[in-house]
Amino acid sequence: MTTPAPAHDPHGELPIDGDIAEDARPVHLSWSSILLVLIGGTVGTAAREGLSLAIPSVGGIPVAIFAINIVGALFLGALLETLARRGPDLGRRRALRLLLGTGFAGGFTTYSALAVDSGMLLTGGDPAAGILYAVGTVIVGALATVAGIALAAARHRRAVTR
Amino acid sequence: MTPGLFLVLSLAGGVGAALRLVVDGAVKARVRTALPVGTLLINVAGSLVLGFVTELALAGVVDDAWRLVIGTGLCGGFTTFSTASFETVRLVQERRYALGAANAIGMLVAAVAAGLLGIALGRLLIG
Repeated sequence: MTTPAPAHDPHGELPIDGDIAEDARPVHLSWSSILLVLIGGTVGTAAREGLSLAIPSVGGIPVAIFAINIVGALFLGALLETLARRGPDLGRRRALRLLLGTGFAGGFTTYSALAVDSGMLLTGGDPAAGILYAVGTVIVGALATVAGIALAAARHRRAVTR
Repeated sequence: MTPGLFLVLSLAGGVGAALRLVVDGAVKARVRTALPVGTLLINVAGSLVLGFVTELALAGVVDDAWRLVIGTGLCGGFTTFSTASFETVRLVQERRYALGAANAIGMLVAAVAAGLLGIALGRLLIG
């Protein structure tokens, strides 16, 4: 890092929020943030590729990517809810969000494979499978996110009342 | 797949994820809307590139290793399903039902269209 961090918010019109705290520079431009996301994203991508090499497609539908996106959505929902209940997005909590959320869950799940595989099924003679795969992923994924948030909230309540 | 290719693919995914952090942060700093346009832009752009490189590899114009590193690795790590799903659920939790539905359906339609456009561009290039 050769350029000094700006002493003030470079976007003066913006309110100071979670993206611009602790560090003088916004979180998406700090090298430590970028490194955390790079490490998490590398591990997440390795896990995704390992699983998709091990689990074959069924009827043209890449079930590995489907399962990865659902599990990743559940994980991110649980992670972000857990972190939010523990306190503001600073310090160790922010580092965990960047490493495990933006990095790992972000690299593990994928939207481009979902879009291209759905598009190829739609135009390649099996439109029903394409629609089932695409819409099914989005609906089950949203339910998985909700389930992850609910699981973390329930765990938090148990910890509080104990 | 060789261990070396697996490693490069995984690292490309890490670079893609880091790029997502920077792009999403830059978009959020410039555009203030209830709709999470950063993730939308990222997922649509990544789908376009994946469609393009997939078509070139399937046609044998480029080696399949390029599809694996640029497509599965870089585009796969750049784009994300988990954040997209979380942002949709958050809009619904805020009772912004129309925006939540628009985010979920709009992103799916736009990303599939972008993927098909990428494939078409690849075909056009091959001639």
